[in-house]
Amino acid sequence: MAMEALPPRRFDMGAILRDAAIAAAVALALALPLIGVQTIEIDGAIGIRTRFDAVAIGVAAVFLGRLLLKLAWTGIAERLGRIGSRAGAQAAAVVGDHSAISVLLVLLFAVALPFLPFSSPYLVGVATFVLIYVMLGWGLNVVVGFAGLLDLGYVAFYAVGAYSFALLALWFGLSFWQALPLAGLFAAFFGFVLGFPVLRLRGDYLAIVTLGFGEIIHTILQNWVPVTNGPAGILNIPAPTLFGLVFQARARSGATTFHEFFHLPFHPAQRVIFAYYIILVLALLTNLFTLRLRKLPIGRAWEALREDEIACRALGINPTTVKLSAFAIGAMIGGLAGAFFAAKQNFISPESFTFAESAGILAIVVLGGMGNPLGVVPAAILLVSLTELRELAQYRMLFFGAAMVAIMVWRPRGLLAHRAPSLRLWRDRRERA
Amino acid sequence: MAYFLQQLINGVTLGAIYGLIAIGYTMVYGIIGMINFAHGEIFMIGAFVALISFLVLGYWGVSYVPLALFLVLLSAMAFTAAYGWAIERVAYRPLRGSFRLAPLISAIGMSILLQNYVQLTQGARVKTLPPLVAGGFTLMRSGGFDVQISYLQIFIVLLTVALMAGFTLMIGRTPLGRAQRACEQDMTMAALLGIDVDRTISLTFVMGAALAAVAGMMFTLRYGVIDFFIGFVAGIKAFTAAVLGGIGSLPGAMLGGLLIGVIEAMWSAYFSVEYKDVSVFVILVLVLIFRPTGLLGQPDLEKV
Repeated sequence: MAMEALPPRRFDMGAILRDAAIAAAVALALALPLIGVQTIEIDGAIGIRTRFDAVAIGVAAVFLGRLLLKLAWTGIAERLGRIGSRAGAQAAAVVGDHSAISVLLVLLFAVALPFLPFSSPYLVGVATFVLIYVMLGWGLNVVVGFAGLLDLGYVAFYAVGAYSFALLALWFGLSFWQALPLAGLFAAFFGFVLGFPVLRLRGDYLAIVTLGFGEIIHTILQNWVPVTNGPAGILNIPAPTLFGLVFQARARSGATTFHEFFHLPFHPAQRVIFAYYIILVLALLTNLFTLRLRKLPIGRAWEALREDEIACRALGINPTTVKLSAFAIGAMIGGLAGAFFAAKQNFISPESFTFAESAGILAIVVLGGMGNPLGVVPAAILLVSLTELRELAQYRMLFFGAAMVAIMVWRPRGLLAHRAPSLRLWRDRRERA
Repeated sequence: MAYFLQQLINGVTLGAIYGLIAIGYTMVYGIIGMINFAHGEIFMIGAFVALISFLVLGYWGVSYVPLALFLVLLSAMAFTAAYGWAIERVAYRPLRGSFRLAPLISAIGMSILLQNYVQLTQGARVKTLPPLVAGGFTLMRSGGFDVQISYLQIFIVLLTVALMAGFTLMIGRTPLGRAQRACEQDMTMAALLGIDVDRTISLTFVMGAALAAVAGMMFTLRYGVIDFFIGFVAGIKAFTAAVLGGIGSLPGAMLGGLLIGVIEAMWSAYFSVEYKDVSVFVILVLVLIFRPTGLLGQPDLEKV
């Protein structure tokens, strides 16, 4: 709490050793029960297995790490932090500049990806998932980054989009392009209805209420069997078509296939590549849309509200309406991504819409730097590629959880910081706690 | 009637567990004004430490049940308290005075981290503990339905009452409790008057974690089935309890816990088991909208 005095330049080995020993003791207390003893099943009964070697390694690592940190970094850490933030600011300046060549190159790469020599249907499929997460990240960014509302149940809108798309397509026979906007609108409506009562709440209450909403939707999806088919999920969701051309080896009567129309040999990759381009276009439209919104009066109002709600109220901005618009727009983008997901997978079940998914999307936004649209892309690539690597997949959320804490502690504005308000009065006035 | 009474007994037992978790939320909220999202995970870790302690004691051949219960209680409280302390130190203390969403996001990250940590170290499958405390009374018999209260339920309720009493005394009468109340009112002023604010906040987390560990042990004993995911829903419900009782108020947390436990038991008994979690979330939303100060809380003014 108190202001820290300048660190004494005196080299106090005893204090450093004591500090490292305390850290090691804490690590021992943490690791002993949960890492040291593992519960396992032996012949149907529960038993234990000890792993004290792992505990010893962990404790030794903590001791040495803390020791080295204190010995070598007492002064350097400060300097490193400063260099880090300068590098981050420079990177942000490069990335934040929309005319920068790097952005154009990334865009070109994304467009050309399916036709590059090393490309494969698998890679394009992974890239499709990356883009779904990028789009979700951009959608959530409107809510969390621009408007400063922590939404922990974003997956609810993703689910609403996916299920409403599936039901519209299967029950009413709507095509992908007819059902997509309807699914988006439906999700937006949903965001509006959910948001209306709760957006008057304070930030942390809002977070836990949205968390509850995510769980409610998940529970409904699992139990409302006549509509959602419960845990079994919905099968045979129609895939996207190109002006009525379907991507199948043989079309049902009345439909023309893509390869027949263009007199190409049939290849399953055509469908994968087509889906990739759809999500690429959807994601880019999302980005364009949100960036434009940010410059409109409503976007300014979001930012202003994020920075100081009381001042906004004094200036005659209605916080509930402004928040509601951010919430509904975020929901719509989530819904569109969900609709695409349903069409791409041909199958959806409640499994895909759990809290872990919300947490993953939030982690993408936080890692990318809240309010910074471009940071979302590398974060999404990281999340999806960690999922794809089999050996690392189980550590994925462990890593993302730790990364969220670490970023809040060291670089609260994200790896590529660009959360600065568009206008500010004093250069380095601290934000209100 | 008999059925109702039985559900009431079950609900009160469940409510005692929620109440103990809710105290952790309410104390942390009272002192630093922040929702500790990782508190549900602390409860889960408490349940796991209790399970592991039972198994270790069984392995050592401690078979006298009261002694085993006592030792498990101590070990669960001690180890879980260490987690509570470490979480505050790592994830929250550096963020005091940061922007509004920072501690919340850090807490979410911590919660994800802990869940996955336990999943990795202990495995994703559910863990089953055979019942240790068996037997009970039959309170009354009506129309072929026995109203039963098990020894375990009596133990849970008595332990909760004892802890609550001790706790109220601690907050009201000891120097630590006085320091906590002072920090709650005005942290800067408390620091100026010689209270070690950092230490007080740390101890608040330690106490909250110890109570959550007791709740975790009770949960393990009562339901016998735990996995790494129990903290999530239990955390939301206990938070609902804290809000319902009035966040920041200790008796409120206990009252809210009891109410939520009873409501959940009744809802499962008379409406639908599938939607029992939904009922609690709906209560949360309704309370926050119509009575954000809860039943026993004081309104808090937003300061400029």
